[in-house]
Amino acid sequence: MQRLLVTSLFMKRAPTVAARSLSSFPGLKTAATSVNSASTLEPPSGSPISLKDAGRDSSLYGTRPIYLDLQATTPVDPRVLDKMMQFYTGLYGNPHSSTHSYGWETETEVEKAREHIARVIGADPKEIIFTSGATECNNLALKGVARFYAKTKKHIITSQTEHKCVLDSARHLQDEGFEVTYLPVGEDGLIDLEQLEQAIRPDTSIVSIMSVNNEIGVIQPLEEIGKLCRKHKVFFHTDAAQGFGKIPLDVNKYNIDLMSISAHKIYGPMGIGALYVRRRPRVRLEPLITGGGQERGLRSGTLAAPLVSGFGEAARLMTQEKDADIAHITKLSDRLMNGLLSIEHTQLNGSATHRYPGCVNVSFAYVEGESLLMALKDVALSSGSACTSASLEPSYVLHALGADDALAHSSIRFGIGRFTTEEEIDYVIKAMTERVGFLRELSPLWEMVQEGIDLNTIEWSGH
Amino acid sequence: MAGNKSQVLSLYRQFLRNASKFEDYNFRNYFLRKSRDEFKKHKDVSDPAEIANFIKSARQDLLVLKRQAEISQMYHFDKLVVEKLDRHHRT
Repeated sequence: MQRLLVTSLFMKRAPTVAARSLSSFPGLKTAATSVNSASTLEPPSGSPISLKDAGRDSSLYGTRPIYLDLQATTPVDPRVLDKMMQFYTGLYGNPHSSTHSYGWETETEVEKAREHIARVIGADPKEIIFTSGATECNNLALKGVARFYAKTKKHIITSQTEHKCVLDSARHLQDEGFEVTYLPVGEDGLIDLEQLEQAIRPDTSIVSIMSVNNEIGVIQPLEEIGKLCRKHKVFFHTDAAQGFGKIPLDVNKYNIDLMSISAHKIYGPMGIGALYVRRRPRVRLEPLITGGGQERGLRSGTLAAPLVSGFGEAARLMTQEKDADIAHITKLSDRLMNGLLSIEHTQLNGSATHRYPGCVNVSFAYVEGESLLMALKDVALSSGSACTSASLEPSYVLHALGADDALAHSSIRFGIGRFTTEEEIDYVIKAMTERVGFLRELSPLWEMVQEGIDLNTIEWSGH
Repeated sequence: MAGNKSQVLSLYRQFLRNASKFEDYNFRNYFLRKSRDEFKKHKDVSDPAEIANFIKSARQDLLVLKRQAEISQMYHFDKLVVEKLDRHHRT
């Protein structure tokens, strides 16, 4: 509601600014259709502000944006592709064919991959079930467990900041007659353990809490949650799509019973994921896909051997490169945070301490996040999950943190990964500082703030 | 690494040469950084078995790097905004 009012005020107070800036701002106007508009961005004519870097001649540089949306997906590591190429050039056997060597050689590779993945989380390779991705894993874990134990247990617990596919699975289960508790989170994005314990009932079958949040990078207290769940004999599922290989995860130490993993978030191929399903004590679930009985009968269908093997190699590399990756990402993350938070009226969203450094979510007050993204055609960024980036709705995750609409609208998520360079981070800090300043210059709200008017004291006229 | 010095140096040079062949800015920089870090980390190793192991695995990795550097040159994308264009690519 507040956002509507702010927009209308903007239009009323500054029609000339808005009209002028839009008409002489081809980058903004055509941004939806133009793929390569970085070089076409121009400030309003006669404006003292320039979107181009005065310090360099942009015709000497390329036009492809810097990729900082690593929460959405990561580039495939060349070493992973090298592994996968074998399957597209010779190893084409069906891993389930047990009568000839074509099947055996592929199966050996598949089992190697399973081992690499299991090793990252301290699991047994037999506990890894390959699926099509983390969305299928989350569906399988929640629906599978809930439906299997449906006769005695009718309740599941999850949190408000989960990924859409967990929330939607829960919603579907509600339609089937299950009861769902959506735990609220604090201002730092963490769930409250006492609230969790109170929410657990004798008929609770599963608790699903994500390990690293995809929008704000907050790490939930998995070990404590695991302990609580074990104490109350409730299964604990964690969506570790963003955390697998990036933060320490040990299924036995943390008492995790089910874990969703995705390959394309760890520099592996898209279209493959894995669900960890504990064998002792055994977790039983009803499969979503039935058929040939592959993957312990939990997920039938021929395994995509090239993808599985690429996934395995990506997991092996996550183990091998762990220390180097963490050091590199932490260094760049600190640099980016220092740079961005030194812009006035900015704030870091989510806990400052319990976080994965590769995800930095910052709010820039008095700037509309989507317009900022439009003005930032030379950096590939997102204001939240890729699934919702087509809509202009503010992030429900930031809402759950207690952020108001204006703040939720002005937030941007920066992802840092293995292949991000210091040069790119410096470019982004500079670009953000300039563009935020530029958009604020256009904003009547910013003008009022500069004049010392407290925006909260204003009574906006309603429509 | 006294005895194998020339062998290791030659490997190191080959790593840098192949890493710099990547068309992709991010991959190129990553493999350059990774090669430097990896060889620097093993600079003071004196155990012959460990050196032999390092050389063996480095040879394997070099093959991967060579293949992937070649593949990277087969597909072209625009240069990134942080990359300087070659003179003949400027408009």
